[in-house]
Amino acid sequence: MADVVVEQGRRISSARSRKGAGLRNVLGRKSTVAFFLTLPLILLIVLLVLYPAFYSLYLATLNKAMTKFVGLGNFTFLFKRETFWMVVKQSCLFAVTAVIFKALIGFIVAHFVHNIPGRKQRKWRGMLLVPWVIPPAMSTLAWLWLFDPSYSAFNYTLSFFGVGPIPWLGDTFWARFSVILVNVWYGAPFFLIMYLAALKSVPDQLYEAAAIDGANWWQKMWYVTLPMMRNIIAITTLFSLIVTFANFDIVRILTSGGPLDTTHLFATWAFQVGIQSSDIPLGACVSLFMVPILAVAAVFILRDVNKRGNEA
Amino acid sequence: MSTLAIDKAGPTRKLRSMSRDRAWALRWSYFFLILFAIFFLTPPVYMLITSLKSSAEISAATNPWWVFHPTLSNYVELLTSNQFLRFFWNSSIISIVVVIVTMLISIPAAFALARMKFWGSATLATGVFLTYLIPDSLLFIPLFKMLAVIQEFTGITLLNRWYVLVFIYPTLTVPFCTWIMIGYFASIPKELDEAALIDGASWLQTLTRIFIPVALPGLIAATIFAFTVSWAQFLYPLVFTTSIDQLVLPVGITTTLIKGDVFNWGQIMTGALLGAAPPLVIYAFLMDYYIAGLTAGATKG
Repeated sequence: MADVVVEQGRRISSARSRKGAGLRNVLGRKSTVAFFLTLPLILLIVLLVLYPAFYSLYLATLNKAMTKFVGLGNFTFLFKRETFWMVVKQSCLFAVTAVIFKALIGFIVAHFVHNIPGRKQRKWRGMLLVPWVIPPAMSTLAWLWLFDPSYSAFNYTLSFFGVGPIPWLGDTFWARFSVILVNVWYGAPFFLIMYLAALKSVPDQLYEAAAIDGANWWQKMWYVTLPMMRNIIAITTLFSLIVTFANFDIVRILTSGGPLDTTHLFATWAFQVGIQSSDIPLGACVSLFMVPILAVAAVFILRDVNKRGNEA
Repeated sequence: MSTLAIDKAGPTRKLRSMSRDRAWALRWSYFFLILFAIFFLTPPVYMLITSLKSSAEISAATNPWWVFHPTLSNYVELLTSNQFLRFFWNSSIISIVVVIVTMLISIPAAFALARMKFWGSATLATGVFLTYLIPDSLLFIPLFKMLAVIQEFTGITLLNRWYVLVFIYPTLTVPFCTWIMIGYFASIPKELDEAALIDGASWLQTLTRIFIPVALPGLIAATIFAFTVSWAQFLYPLVFTTSIDQLVLPVGITTTLIKGDVFNWGQIMTGALLGAAPPLVIYAFLMDYYIAGLTAGATKG
């Protein structure tokens, strides 16, 4: 009954307006639907990511008052400044050291978690991932308090071992050490979880086969585990390299770049130059220096992601 | 359990030594896990310890790792201060709106990119992924200038308004959420939606009736991420907002609770703990989704 009514209604309406049906056809076409479904995404990317990125290039060619085009003047000015080269060095040192330690700790802890019985893994995994869940701005405040010069809980504890008070954030070496330590603390759980997932995907038969062939622990690690995890290790490391290199929160809260600008990264220095000293073109210029390194890492990641896509 | 069984079943020396090795490996694993757990949990625990202390006890030369006279005064003070509640409110409303906006943009887009091969779809998917790799610290200066320019030309105040963040944060959340949703949608068997389309369902019906229910775990993971990312964002609000009533939690705590050179650590730690609480609570209940999303999309670390 109902079907017939519907059928009739449809026939009548289609007979009534050819034009409307044509429009509906276009709207119902796959490519049209797809276009409308992705339109908000495209608008967002173009207006709020691509446009600002190119706008940043334009800004970098203006003078401080943003009234005159100075070409590459800002860049040559930066090259002559000692602070700039210090920032380059510190950014690389910070990113590379932090990523190496994050990857190492993540790798080691993932193995320990993988070793213990399955039922208990959940609990440990939950506990060890906590640093990653707390907003970094909040946890860095806790670190700032742990590093406090007069009431430092670390120095209090160290004094029992006869180790003198350490100027955690006041001395160049220790300040660099501290920002890296906090970054490692924050980022290692991410590696842990990625590596744990990779470890779980290694089939047990491979280990059994290796054991039968008389492989020892190192050989199993080197010839079974590492090759199976290689892709995830590579991609996680590259990801982390990008984020660590572009880090802002930790250094901003812990040291604000001090002592004497020795812990500044590109992001924090760009903030200080561009926003705090309101030299927007120079700030834009500073942050643009991150692009080449990010681009190289992105190319490698993309290659890996495409490989993953082709395998699946 | 299993070691006992092996001992009984196989009295050979080799098996016994293997089970003994295994027991020792287990013990060492626990030993190191405890060490690492201490490393990972010290700051949050120290936050909690400090938040329970009075200012007098914080500045006293006693053991900092213990609370001798626990007090809730820091919590009471913060939770009754309009300023702090304002930060909390700003953070909450921004994060919730951002989650909704993110889902509205990324679910349809991910559906189209995963299922409807159209001109440029592969390029767009790659573009989404590359956008996800662009960090906030690269865009904050041009975005700041853009807001200033728009404000100049239209007269609409954009700088120093919390609601502007609702438009900016999706640049961080949408690419990631779209990317993991593409993955989840692609894993749904093609037969399901083909059957639906043959039965006369429209594309939108296929999305709402089949894809969203089936990919719900992925959706939850994406939601958690969008929320935690917007809750934790520090750089954009620091640059775009300055008045106290416009600040979000992370910026509010770092700027207002520090008065000059005086650090009121009890309150700062309480504020930080309260600021860390929502993501922690969500994580405590939805850990598996969180981890699934983390490993599915390879979020930033």
